[in-house]
Amino acid sequence: MTDYNFAYLDEQTKRMIRRAILKGLAIPGYQVPFASREMPMPYGWGTGGVQVSAAVLTPDDTFKVIDQGADDTTNAVSIRSFFERTAGVETTTATTEASVIQTRHRIPEEPLTEDQILVYQVPIPEPLRFLEPRESETRKMHSLEEYGLMHVKLYEDISRHGHIATSYAYPVKVEGRYVMDPSPIPKFDNPKLSDMAAIQLFGAGREQRIYALPPYTQVVSLDFEDHPFEASKADHLCGLCDATDSYLDEVIMDDQGGRMFVCSDTDYCEARRAAGHKGKDAA
Amino acid sequence: MYVAVKGGERAIESAHAWLAEERRGDTDVAELNIPQIREQLKLAVDRVMAEGSLYDPDLAALAIKQSRGDLIEAIFLIRAYRTTLPRFGASDPVDTGAMACDRRISATFKDLPGGQVLGPTFDYTHRLLDFKLAADGEVPAAPTRESVPRDVPHVTEFLNQEGLIEEAPLDDTPPPDLTREPLEMPADRALRLQALTRADEGFTLGLAYSTQRGYARNHAFVGELRIGAVAVEMDIPELGFAIEIGEVTLTECETVNQFTGSKTEPPQFTRGYGLVFGQSERKAISMALVDRALRWEELGEDNVGAPAQDTEFVLYHADNIQATGFLEHIKLPHYVDFQSELELVRKLRREAGADQVQEAAE
Amino acid sequence: MQARKLSGGFDTPPVNSAHAFRAVMEAMARPGQIQDISGAQPPAPLSNAAGSVLLTLCDTDTPIYLAGDADTDDVRAWLAFHTGAPLTGPSHSMFAVGSWDALMPLSGYPIGTPEYPDRSTTLIVECAELEATGATLRGPGIKSEATLSLPETRAFQSNRALFPLGLDFIFACGDRLAALPRSTEVSRSSREAVAHEGAF
Repeated sequence: MTDYNFAYLDEQTKRMIRRAILKGLAIPGYQVPFASREMPMPYGWGTGGVQVSAAVLTPDDTFKVIDQGADDTTNAVSIRSFFERTAGVETTTATTEASVIQTRHRIPEEPLTEDQILVYQVPIPEPLRFLEPRESETRKMHSLEEYGLMHVKLYEDISRHGHIATSYAYPVKVEGRYVMDPSPIPKFDNPKLSDMAAIQLFGAGREQRIYALPPYTQVVSLDFEDHPFEASKADHLCGLCDATDSYLDEVIMDDQGGRMFVCSDTDYCEARRAAGHKGKDAA
Repeated sequence: MYVAVKGGERAIESAHAWLAEERRGDTDVAELNIPQIREQLKLAVDRVMAEGSLYDPDLAALAIKQSRGDLIEAIFLIRAYRTTLPRFGASDPVDTGAMACDRRISATFKDLPGGQVLGPTFDYTHRLLDFKLAADGEVPAAPTRESVPRDVPHVTEFLNQEGLIEEAPLDDTPPPDLTREPLEMPADRALRLQALTRADEGFTLGLAYSTQRGYARNHAFVGELRIGAVAVEMDIPELGFAIEIGEVTLTECETVNQFTGSKTEPPQFTRGYGLVFGQSERKAISMALVDRALRWEELGEDNVGAPAQDTEFVLYHADNIQATGFLEHIKLPHYVDFQSELELVRKLRREAGADQVQEAAE
Repeated sequence: MQARKLSGGFDTPPVNSAHAFRAVMEAMARPGQIQDISGAQPPAPLSNAAGSVLLTLCDTDTPIYLAGDADTDDVRAWLAFHTGAPLTGPSHSMFAVGSWDALMPLSGYPIGTPEYPDRSTTLIVECAELEATGATLRGPGIKSEATLSLPETRAFQSNRALFPLGLDFIFACGDRLAALPRSTEVSRSSREAVAHEGAF
């Protein structure tokens, strides 16, 4: 432990974040402004997720951090050691053992339970931002439920490419009201957002927004009757554990363009291999 | 055979050790100490204090040492430290009219009460590399003169007596606090000035320069620029009066801007304002120009669509800690999003028949 | 006297408030689910649950409205010492605490604005009983449906109709609490409905 307060943030800052989390849960999908603090890591590197985790963690929690699905990516390692140092919490890489999971860009493959909390790091929380750069305008659009522009954009994709050309950070509608950015998860993960047993909290530090999905909230990926949403992934098996149902990373093997596909969720892959599953590229 | 990459923890530790070694540099060369940086790189220290929003020259010097002279990194260190400090209260507004000026110039009047004081400025140095400094930095003491304590009234007050400049009535409304409340639009002038005083010097300079070149030109004269120490006072409820708790050096710039009148305002001079920790004229003048440009709405001017007139654009992009963090985050892993884009592009190409086109070409 | 006013705060605020917040968050995320909460022993008539919520969420930035019996010198002194929160009337409150009747009318509280629906009051309702029976709840946070002993149903239906504006409620009883955010749809229990029909 250090001279800093439990979980780094001072109590007044935690109270402010906690109030924002509660309002976020009360209005699913609505972005609550909060006075994000400068953290000892750069904006854009998970300061929103870190602040939400700091406000949520208790000393009894077991904490897991993933980046791109993996526990061992450098930024995940860095955030995990930050909380080991400042909050003294237990950490784990096993999804099933974690009570709080902070993530960047993935939802674990293992279905989460009612005893878990998933905290997302969010770079740009405003799903309409790429259509309208002004906050004053997008806030108005949300208040008036004016989401036509988003549908137009998606439909333009279809008319030009035959498909919706958004493959990650795919916008969703929450309980029929707010259009929400699910953070840059691949659209493969979108169906897991809906009806999840765990609490989902989203923190955007630089953009000063917190939003939330209570458990069992209805979350629908935007689509059209003639072009239904499709959760896609690389059409391969995991080369290490032979999984057919997990999101895959593509790994370049040599300078001849040889490649293989492996689970992006490293804990899922390891657990499967430990249970005896073996892919074609495994030793 | 493929083995998933492991060892992030060890890689980070090793990187940090290497970084520390690089920071120290050649150990045959004497190590920098904090007083050296504080005294001899004072303008760097001032910038770190201004954009770090924390007035502490020793900590700023430490941050510069730790960051190997990367000033934005140093500002970041100061900001991150600042947020952990307890907040005892707010000072009374400082009185820059009572400033002990080291420098005070006006570009609008040849002479004026309080006089023109050139002070320690680069302005009229010839920018010739001084090779003597490379060998020996010792200098003879500068000539001194007994200073005569006198009032140094603000230039804008003279214009005010003639009614030639817009009124700036005293306003005791507590200002919003950018560091404690999320930035929201519309932002009033107090909030804009708060954001600008900690804004990136380069960004502010570029915007100010753009107004001079015609993107919302506002005909600025430096009515006055002053640098010096002011007392910081705080009300102590237990005592029932204010006591001086310290002194800070500030740079203040008031521009006087020609204004031919608008739908709502008569012809008069208008004001732009800059106030920055430490000695930083470039930043204070830039701030005043951008402040003036952002005031188009309250003065009934046209929005000509210039970047410096766009409050949302200016305030949301002026903070270098936010900007550098987000900019640099794109070097973090994005395998997952990239993979989803790969699949999409492959699919679109397949359907567009692009693969066949390429094969035919080969 | 002084000692009593000032005691009953959190022993170790960072840890007590972390546990208390988890209880409040779980309650708000799962409407109707009753949570245990502890840490504070506020002066009467505040329950330990209400006191713990106030210490966890309130400070100088959060105006509090003390409704009816909850507005005592002891409660004021305790809140001032432990939170520094300013006291206010309902129309400027971020938090309000008191019995259901004392908190009325609900029209007196801010419900947020269309652009900032979060700027609404959270009401902490002191309850004589809190059981998982009674009105039926449906909505975000609830798997299919939940039941909770509510002081009434119509007020919550009107509140739901304001969504995404509206008030959020925390029901406190001894060392336990449950919550009802604005997103929850409330209907009378089937037993109540029968009784109601019978009245015609």
